[in-house]
Amino acid sequence: MPWDLDNERPIYLQLMDRIQQDIVAGTYKPGDKIPSVRDLALEAAVNPNTMQKALSELERSGLVYSQRTSGRFITEDTEMLKKLKRRLAEEHIQDFFQKMRNLGFSDEETLNMIQETIKGENHEDNT
Amino acid sequence: MKTILECRGLTKKYGNFSALSDLTLTLERGQIAGLLGPNGSGKTTLIKLINGLLVPSGGELKINGCAPGVETKKIISYLPDQDCLASQLRVKDALRLYSDFYKDFSMERAVNMLDTLEIDRSSRLGALSKGTKEKVQLILVMSRDAQLYVLDEPIGGVDPAARDYILRTILTNYNENATILISTHLISDIENVLDRVLFLKAGCLVLNESVDEIRTKYGKSVDALFREVFRC
Repeated sequence: MPWDLDNERPIYLQLMDRIQQDIVAGTYKPGDKIPSVRDLALEAAVNPNTMQKALSELERSGLVYSQRTSGRFITEDTEMLKKLKRRLAEEHIQDFFQKMRNLGFSDEETLNMIQETIKGENHEDNT
Repeated sequence: MKTILECRGLTKKYGNFSALSDLTLTLERGQIAGLLGPNGSGKTTLIKLINGLLVPSGGELKINGCAPGVETKKIISYLPDQDCLASQLRVKDALRLYSDFYKDFSMERAVNMLDTLEIDRSSRLGALSKGTKEKVQLILVMSRDAQLYVLDEPIGGVDPAARDYILRTILTNYNENATILISTHLISDIENVLDRVLFLKAGCLVLNESVDEIRTKYGKSVDALFREVFRC
């Protein structure tokens, strides 16, 4: 299954997002070896040079590291992985609040709705 | 990185009509480049010049430093935009023809791909469907260890599933020192496998940029940019 990529953003950024997502979701564990550039490129159905760029960028951020001959590995720095998870969560939350604002809800209202939803008290208003 | 293809002021005229005018372009090794443009923009003319099937009216064209000729044909694997093999040949005869003609042809690779696609090697080419014939030709072309692959409309006639297989075939077989030049109209299908795109418009090169540069700069896909540049 080729990876689901959108049409606007640079492909390498989307590949980075996808790999980060896989790391946070536990598809790759800390210290795991990640597949070769070629295999990942084939799986994603993208150009190997683009995959190479995505991995180099992840390497620069410290999330993956390479060992000269044996390949690339996920960092074992759990603190860094925790921060990544936190950052991705914040992005999702901000995204969500922006969408709610676009629908005309204030952040306060949105927050209330979230709490109501959690409590299971979100009845339909029959006014 | 070394240059594999270099054109300087390349021009091709058919009578008074300029099919290509003053085209200057270099392609590096290790890239997959898309040659894009509307019908009649000069894509096939450029490809035929690269393969020595046409002679330039002006300017210069070099492949790996040599003018098109015997030496360049050894390192270019070319997929024409039409049937190039006699229809009475069987698939296995075509295999033998390729292995006789090209030192860099890998019989093993070709046979593997034919088997994966369940193409019977004893069928005559004339008896195959259009799409299957295209697959056979692409398999022959991609089974060479060439330095420059020139593919003229490789995915036009095949169904989407086979298209994915063909793109995977291209990605699997290509090595980091080789360059692939693909001409096509089906941009969105191949956009993700391209490094760079070349837009031809009425015989002139109007854009030569990497896919991610285009997305960063214009905030849209190559397909969307193409529709904008070439709006009718």
